[in-house]
Amino acid sequence: MSEDLKILDEVTNSEYKWGFVSNIESDNAPKGLSEDIVRFISAKKNEPEWLLEYRLKAYRHWLTLTEPTWPNVSYPKIDFQDIIYYSAPKAKPTLNSLDELDPEIKSTFDKLGISLEEQKRLANVAVDAVIDSVSVKTTFRESLGELGIIFSSFSEAVHEHPELIKKYLGSVVPYTDNFYAALNAAVFSDGSFCYIPKGVRCPMELSTYFRINSAGTGQFERTLIVADEGAYVSYLEGCTAPMRDENQLHAAVVEIVSHEEATVKYSTVQNWYPGDKDGKGGIFNFVTKRGICLGNKSKISWTQVETGSAITWKYPSVILKGDNSVGEFYSVAVTNNMQQADTGTKMIHLGKNTSSTIISKGISGGRSQNSYRGLVKIAKGAVNARNFSQCDSLLLGDQCGAHTFPYLEVNNKSSKVEHEATTSKVGEDQIFYCNQRGISTEDAVGLIVNGYCKEVFNQLPMEFAVEAQKLLAISLEGSVG
Amino acid sequence: MSTSTLNNSSAESFTQAVDHFRELYGNHLPAQKSLQADAAAVFIQLGIPTTKHEEWKYTSLAVLAKNTYRSVNPSDNCSLSKSDVASLALTNDTLLYVIENGKFNASASNANALPKGITVGSLAEMAGDARVQAHLMKHADFSDESLVALNTALTFDGIVIIADAKTECATPIQIAVVNNTAGEALNIPVRILVIAEKNAIVNVTETHHSFGSKSPVLVNVVSEVVIAEQARVNYIKLQDEDQNTCHVNYHKVNMARDSYQHISTLTWGGGLVRNNLNIRLDDVNCTSYLNGLTIAKDYQVIDHHTVVDHAMPNCYSNELYKGIIDGHAQGVFNGKIFVRKDAQKTNAFQSNKNVLLSDDASMNAKPQLEIFADDVKCSHGATTGQIDEEALFYLRARGIGEVSGRALLNHAFAADVIEQIPDENLKSALLDRLTARLNA
Repeated sequence: MSEDLKILDEVTNSEYKWGFVSNIESDNAPKGLSEDIVRFISAKKNEPEWLLEYRLKAYRHWLTLTEPTWPNVSYPKIDFQDIIYYSAPKAKPTLNSLDELDPEIKSTFDKLGISLEEQKRLANVAVDAVIDSVSVKTTFRESLGELGIIFSSFSEAVHEHPELIKKYLGSVVPYTDNFYAALNAAVFSDGSFCYIPKGVRCPMELSTYFRINSAGTGQFERTLIVADEGAYVSYLEGCTAPMRDENQLHAAVVEIVSHEEATVKYSTVQNWYPGDKDGKGGIFNFVTKRGICLGNKSKISWTQVETGSAITWKYPSVILKGDNSVGEFYSVAVTNNMQQADTGTKMIHLGKNTSSTIISKGISGGRSQNSYRGLVKIAKGAVNARNFSQCDSLLLGDQCGAHTFPYLEVNNKSSKVEHEATTSKVGEDQIFYCNQRGISTEDAVGLIVNGYCKEVFNQLPMEFAVEAQKLLAISLEGSVG
Repeated sequence: MSTSTLNNSSAESFTQAVDHFRELYGNHLPAQKSLQADAAAVFIQLGIPTTKHEEWKYTSLAVLAKNTYRSVNPSDNCSLSKSDVASLALTNDTLLYVIENGKFNASASNANALPKGITVGSLAEMAGDARVQAHLMKHADFSDESLVALNTALTFDGIVIIADAKTECATPIQIAVVNNTAGEALNIPVRILVIAEKNAIVNVTETHHSFGSKSPVLVNVVSEVVIAEQARVNYIKLQDEDQNTCHVNYHKVNMARDSYQHISTLTWGGGLVRNNLNIRLDDVNCTSYLNGLTIAKDYQVIDHHTVVDHAMPNCYSNELYKGIIDGHAQGVFNGKIFVRKDAQKTNAFQSNKNVLLSDDASMNAKPQLEIFADDVKCSHGATTGQIDEEALFYLRARGIGEVSGRALLNHAFAADVIEQIPDENLKSALLDRLTARLNA
């Protein structure tokens, strides 16, 4: 064998030595991202060939993209080779009783008014026999199954309903959409899949299930919700309870497809770790969320309460393709200390008589920066389209900032687009009025801020609305000087 | 792709023009020589902006690549006389000055009775004056504005208006900026400097017109307005050129404490018009009004960009922009309000209202607030829609036909902006012109 051939032989062999095959037994992928890692994740999840192909296509596309820099946030550059893209879900340490829980978390639970049983579950306390989580889960699943509703983890759905996943995966957020969507498509770990068949009204908030399930929210989550003709579903993602997660970058993708006369209501409460007072640590939450109203008279409604994360960067959007379809976006974004948020929505009107409503409430305290960025686009064919947007900002200190960047693009003469925005602070006279009546300044601010957010909280499922109000008070603690 | 290549080639021809101009006329304004050299370097580096640039997202300058523009220079002669421009005067008593193809045309100007303390003259002649030197090219920052850099590099003349301390000029000073072409595509830099010293009051009207063969023209206007303590400046821009004109206008106002400024930008001519108004409220107790009107038809593109920058406390700003877009025309509005950290007790308001009259018309609005201080009251509103059907019904119920009813409502909608102009004579003169434009 010549010298050249020897080297060639070594090189080709070396791939086997460190290739994905040998690593498949381990729980964690090595740091960094390469085609091998993508193959590793796919193999680990025992995915069919077509999904692997999809991931690889996305990965190859991702390589051609550069990180976007346009949002109004600043953060140190992310080293994408310094991230572990797959790790098996870690078992949380099991506590024997709530007394062992971090007192800080315990007090937050109490303030939120989460029931004791639920607290235990959230903190992973060994559960007594009163509620058996497995049986509760199965009960839910059975009653949903009777109606033909599919609600499972993404990985399960890939095996059980490949035809649905094939049809809808990437149909709303293609992997070519943006940098983080491409990254997510290449390495997504897991997520939820939900399908509501024709004419079925989902009898419960899917959130209820979700909370009990408390699905391990991965770093690169992928959610797909499909509501077939005339179906209705209300879905809640996230949790009001504080989420401590060691992953810094979260790049999730949520896709919603709403067929003719179907309604999807998607609510999010996000309370990721925001970092400490000096802005150390904290989660970067870079999410692509988009829904499409495919059929006539379909509706998608987004409600979000954003209180956590060091950086929030997301724009839940609706493409109003069907005639007479409706898009809604209700948002409360609270930033405190060193948090930064650049969030808003996009309403793309394509169908006739489509309408959209945007209500965005930004609250900034501490040294935080809070931006609303939104697009309302009325295409030429979107005859009689209608949009109303309102984005208000409340400033709670002289070190913080509130910004509004609305884009309004109108391309026909029969549409109406209205946008209004205000920025102000909590009135001294309002606080004085409360003080006079024996309400402390801090409570007064809570009261006023809650009133300010009421329009959005009213959209949340009731129990969460109550918790969201309390969460707001906690997030704003110490922001009033 | 095609846009960027087109722009590259146009940028190249402009770059050559800048090089050529610097070689021949680099010493024309000795006092500004080094600033002009810097500007030339900046332009060569930045080139003509493409739609990839956020500030130019909706407005493409690709049209500039369709022609090779010759840059006008000091050796070009003026040919217009007083009688040619007589019809341009907005009012009978107006003090009319003419800038023809970027050059101050003294013989066509008609201003004998200038009040004491007011100086108006050719920029080329006054560029060495200490007061002019202190401000000229110092306020319109060209470091990231390539078209300002292009103007600065190619400037050889223009107009200077100085109001001495405690003087008042009640009669409007009108600058008629005329593009006079003879079958040749021209690149015309126009430079305006207005200095209102302490307690001075001055009214300036800048009007734009096309003469001659109406060949393609790039008019690149940069105005610098310096307002000292307690001074007041009322400014009107009327843009009424033909549709072969590509008009870019950068207007920078710098306000000292207790000063006041009111500016109205009325745009109903030009093929592609881009206005950049940049108001800096640089000290306490400033008051600023910005009003704008777009009336567009055919394939016109009319773009208003405004920046109101509140740097200090206790200032007030108000902004009203309206547009009526017809035909295949395209309207753009981007209004930025910045409230800096120190600018507590700021009141800043902005309103943008547009009416689309045709299905091929489009309007892109981007009102924008960036606020870093907490004790402020700021708001903006933007709407795009149609004439109120109920108002039309009201008129029809009273015997006014649909066509004339719509005309009446359009006129009322647009007149709202002109009604804000403080000077009564100018207001009525402009309302007459608006009526003529809407009936055209």
